[in-house]
Amino acid sequence: MASRSRGAADPAAERELLSAGDVARTIARMAHQIIEKTALGAGPDAPPVLLGIPTRGTPLAARLGARISEFSGAAVPAGALDVTLYRDDLRRRPTRPLEETQMPEDGIDDRVVVLVDDVLYSGRTIRAALDALRDHGRPRAVQLAVLVDRGHRELPIRADYVGKNVPTSRTEDVSVLLAETDGRDAVLLRETGQERR
Amino acid sequence: MRHLLTTENLAADTATAVLDTADELKRTLLGREVRKLPTLRGRTVITMFYENSTRTRVSFEIAGKWMSADVVNVSAGGSSVGKGESLRDTALTLSAAGADCVIVRHPASGAAHRLAGWLADTGTCVVNAGDGTHQHPTQALLDAATLRERLGGLAGRRVAIVGDVLHSRVARSNVYLLATLGAEVVLVAPPTLLPPGVEHWPVTVSHELDAELPAVDAVMMLRVQAERMHGGFFPSAREYSIAYGLGEARLRLLPEHAVVLHPGPMLRGMEISSVVADAPRAAITEQVRNGVHVRMAVLYHLLAGEGEQA
Repeated sequence: MASRSRGAADPAAERELLSAGDVARTIARMAHQIIEKTALGAGPDAPPVLLGIPTRGTPLAARLGARISEFSGAAVPAGALDVTLYRDDLRRRPTRPLEETQMPEDGIDDRVVVLVDDVLYSGRTIRAALDALRDHGRPRAVQLAVLVDRGHRELPIRADYVGKNVPTSRTEDVSVLLAETDGRDAVLLRETGQERR
Repeated sequence: MRHLLTTENLAADTATAVLDTADELKRTLLGREVRKLPTLRGRTVITMFYENSTRTRVSFEIAGKWMSADVVNVSAGGSSVGKGESLRDTALTLSAAGADCVIVRHPASGAAHRLAGWLADTGTCVVNAGDGTHQHPTQALLDAATLRERLGGLAGRRVAIVGDVLHSRVARSNVYLLATLGAEVVLVAPPTLLPPGVEHWPVTVSHELDAELPAVDAVMMLRVQAERMHGGFFPSAREYSIAYGLGEARLRLLPEHAVVLHPGPMLRGMEISSVVADAPRAAITEQVRNGVHVRMAVLYHLLAGEGEQA
């Protein structure tokens, strides 16, 4: 996930990767790709389930779900999956508060689950999400949708749907802002001068 | 949090963080196939009970196991305590054997504090699961979780704690936690069952149950602790029950939304009638259910993050 640090940054060092309009268009494109890849409406299979990873994956999943429903006519459930309890870095940081988990009512068994997150970086969050999913049921398949892929994977994980690929250095910080959590839509790149853990 | 010994100096934001974690744990475990989280894998939790207990010991054991900690239960009867080992030596032994957390119940007030002092250099954390007539913080936390769930919040709510306050660690823990979280507490008890110094507690005191019931959002009935009573605190069980017991007639005095709590074990027919205990507004089994989630949350806050361990 993107770093949550929002210090009083020097605006000159901050670059806008996606504007509000770009974010909307990117989400719409990803919605079309999910419809195509999951062959939504083409067969008897139940529609996919979108599960956002808090904090910003949750509103992203809701938006993707709304767009997919709009484009395909099929109702696509969107929920949230908190992975805090499954993280491998709990003991390296102060105690983290838990975020909301919201599973669709009829569960995830035998459904295609699309995990949704804002930024794909080391891949460790997704590793934790895969472990968490296993305790909630047995999906038919699991896919991954991210708004930004910034590289630097530490695990053999890749995304199925990527809004924007951004080559970054480890000392840069990618922030996804969403109206639901931050008051506006944007993706920002900032030089921090220190490597993210 | 380094230890959980008392609610008296527990900060409001710490208590709220634990309660929020408990809520999320409850929600995330709801309807799951696998009710087990990997969070405390490789951590060892030892429960050390020098007093009888069913619900608290089982609740801690389940909480630890659902978080994937290894839980070892030590009871005074079957351990070296029976051979005359001191509490201090037993604690240091358990810590040396690899305990990351010791959960202790002891008949002496202050036992958990002493234990935390002896274990200060070891990195082992201590949870007070009841010490004499002093404190039982996880019970107060699970009561607060239940009240938050039923009433939507605690700020400005009025809670009556009724009965044997003198011998009740549950009452002491609840008084401080509820006050910290913004609730008003009224103690209702005969003068003989109120502790000295109660005038310094953040509470009001009443001896008339019927006068208090119409104005409360929750009523917490305490067990009459005959095992700690040596002498006449009230004329007879029947008289106590008539003056301070919660029966059907008194239930009707409560506002529609008010909740009935009891920390258990209940003496049906003494402080609470059987009909009231099984009534829908009684949250007694919910208290037990929430107890597991609250204790999971306590273990999470004590053991999961960095810097909590030496």
